[in-house]
Amino acid sequence: MKPRDPSLGPDQTADALPHQLRIASGFPNARRLPGELPIHHQVVKPVQWRDAALGIARDAASVISDAAPARLIALWGSSDTRSHPLASAVFGLPDGLLWLDLPITDPDAGYPSVSDIFHFAGRMQRAVFDLIGVRAMGAADERRWLHHERNADNPSAEGYPFVKVEGAGVHEIAVGPVHAGIIEPGHFRFQVSGEKVLRLEERLGYTHKGIDARYTRLEPIEASRLAGRVSGDSTVAHAWAYCMALESAAGIDPPDRAIWLRAFLLERERVANHLGDLGAIINDAGLAFGLTQFSRLREVWLRESQALCGHRLMMDQVIPGGVAFDVDTTSLASAGKAAGALAAQVQLLRAIIDRHAGLQDRLRSTGTVTTALARRLGLTGMAGRSSGIACDLRYHLPSRPWAALSVQSACQSAGDVAARVTVRFDELLESLRLLECIAVRVPAGPHHLPVKLPQGRHCGAGAVEGWRGEVFVGLEIEVDGTQQRLVRCHSHDPSWQNWPVLEHAIIGNIVPDFPLINKSFNLSYAGHDL
Amino acid sequence: MLHGLAGQALAFVAALALAPLLSGWVAQCRAWLQNRTAPPLWQPWLVLHKRLLRETVVAENASPLFRSVPALVFACMAIVCTIIPTLSTDLPLAVVADAVVLVGLLALARVLLSLAAMDVGTAFGTLGARRDMMVGFLAEPVLLMVLFTAALGARSTSLASIVDVLAHRELAIMPSLAFAGVAFTMVSLAENGRIPVDNPTTHLELTMIHEALTLEYSGQHLALIEWAATLKLFAYSCIGIALFCPWGLAADDTPLALLLAVPALVAKLAIGGMLLAIAETVSAKMRIFRVPEYLGIAFVLAVIGMLIHILLGA
Repeated sequence: MKPRDPSLGPDQTADALPHQLRIASGFPNARRLPGELPIHHQVVKPVQWRDAALGIARDAASVISDAAPARLIALWGSSDTRSHPLASAVFGLPDGLLWLDLPITDPDAGYPSVSDIFHFAGRMQRAVFDLIGVRAMGAADERRWLHHERNADNPSAEGYPFVKVEGAGVHEIAVGPVHAGIIEPGHFRFQVSGEKVLRLEERLGYTHKGIDARYTRLEPIEASRLAGRVSGDSTVAHAWAYCMALESAAGIDPPDRAIWLRAFLLERERVANHLGDLGAIINDAGLAFGLTQFSRLREVWLRESQALCGHRLMMDQVIPGGVAFDVDTTSLASAGKAAGALAAQVQLLRAIIDRHAGLQDRLRSTGTVTTALARRLGLTGMAGRSSGIACDLRYHLPSRPWAALSVQSACQSAGDVAARVTVRFDELLESLRLLECIAVRVPAGPHHLPVKLPQGRHCGAGAVEGWRGEVFVGLEIEVDGTQQRLVRCHSHDPSWQNWPVLEHAIIGNIVPDFPLINKSFNLSYAGHDL
Repeated sequence: MLHGLAGQALAFVAALALAPLLSGWVAQCRAWLQNRTAPPLWQPWLVLHKRLLRETVVAENASPLFRSVPALVFACMAIVCTIIPTLSTDLPLAVVADAVVLVGLLALARVLLSLAAMDVGTAFGTLGARRDMMVGFLAEPVLLMVLFTAALGARSTSLASIVDVLAHRELAIMPSLAFAGVAFTMVSLAENGRIPVDNPTTHLELTMIHEALTLEYSGQHLALIEWAATLKLFAYSCIGIALFCPWGLAADDTPLALLLAVPALVAKLAIGGMLLAIAETVSAKMRIFRVPEYLGIAFVLAVIGMLIHILLGA
């Protein structure tokens, strides 16, 4: 097994194209799916599959300021007993999202790999093979990814073949999958020389539970509960993306009030996660004061969420057709005031943290992901915005209610832990500002509409800017008389893109800085392992 | 002589009993400073009790060294605590070990623990051993320099004599001791695995120094090692008190004087523990490669202290 060559991927020095690829011009046959977000769907042939990836990757190199970069968002496979297996990919383009479906007529012949074009597609393709048994042809790495036990059918490999670094004084440190803290399971294999990390290889999949397959055995309306459990810290984002996809498939438009309340929940979720993570990052640098302060703020915040909608993490509050709860104007107004009060406290803590020399020494130039590296590896979401990749669905493809709120997207270019802390602070304060606005502007009206699914087969897609990044859900429903079912459904967490980048962020850093770097990303294991 | 032995015994028992309480006190102060509800003062005792009741699990490939190290380390720390004048300077056993031997005993405990950590061959143990030796070889010279600076004044390397002289001099700030005091404080933080050098409360194996050494220990072994760690903190605190704040020691060997010295010691330890908690609360843990710089500064300060003593005699 060769180590993954970091020079793979689009060449950054290639001549930038004078124009940017648009869905409207580049993919005229793509069908716009119903719904507010411009998501287009197209069934393609193998050669188009690779050409689309090549074209979009070439475009990713030519950066146009203030436009979302062209990017791969998700890649998954689905199989259905009644038709060919499908490979699906979702790309982000400046004017919307493009969802390509590639029917695989001959499963033994596989489908063309795009992992040489998009670095992080490799793992997604390995997952596709694990889940539906179709191989990506031409992929450099064909090891198992999510299904560990199936490694046994490769007789040459003893367990999982980690890539080893040879050399004098190089040794291995294995960490996990069971960790000392109460966190999710994942294995990290460090190749170190002294304290310096030469290479890190992750092994995930310990929480694989077959979410995509489970979807197909659930009622489409009920399945929003499963979507909300893909990754507990992003339950609102995942549930919203699922509901958006189902509403798009059903061709219905949820009422205004529901959309505003969903945004209210999503920003509350973002605030809760940033509060928790900021405390944890500071604690990993040995400053326990930060942890206790931020934990207190987070706890108060979660209790307020419980009072508002009946659940601390706001699980099962976003449902197809709207939201499951309603609040009166007084509660909303006081929630808005509480957001303002929290912002003042966060500012106070931020001042302390910014001035703490010992802490800043730990954060700066630790775990740096340069903009060039981030672009090559496809870093996304909050971590991407810390490395100069300005991409935020709320900002770049504004729909209700973001368009009315003029979201300020945070961006830093340094790409180190300090930059991620800065972006987290900026987003936290921006979310609190949005919450103050939303609290007074939620329109009156129904908070929920009954969802009636139309007869026949329909595709639907939804994308939501969760606190980690773009959460995408693509699904297909089939309604035959009173029989409703999900033919296929896939929840994509941005952790898929960012886990491979973490392997690069640690290179050249020292071993004891890994927990700090890892925490600054805080990626989801459950959302990735599905 | 008989009174001396009684004093010695009292000091030894006080060390064994007070050491876990000192750690508990520091943890309590830290909790308060972080706005947390504090664990009880005797929490370390409860933990020791729990560990002593538990089964001791040892790795299959552990050698006899691994099994004997906890007792040896504990013995080293116990001896260290007997030769430090905590209650009175009349210590009959102090003649067997002077300040240099004290540093040697601390080094011996460190080497034993590092060997045991590498014995079972886990990555974390080896990692911790390597880091602990790095801290150790930089910290020990500083401690020696500090002790020599104090020894120069007393013209003896016996701790009891040094403290006897220091306790009976006029109350005045000696520049040499001021420098030595700063160096000693810095090295104490490093040697006891406190923030900013190490984080005693972390659960992250990759960042550990001292804790990584003891990851493979359990049950009674772990109890002895943790007790020894509290003894080490106690010993360092007492060295600091004896060298830089020796007032309040028993003036003679009467039982009453000895008993009166106990509350004085407890009060000084309480203040010291509080200062340690404050220092730990306001600092972040430094990068591991800043530790040599940090201990380098401590060494320079210790050398300056000694030079001032030699050149200025103050």
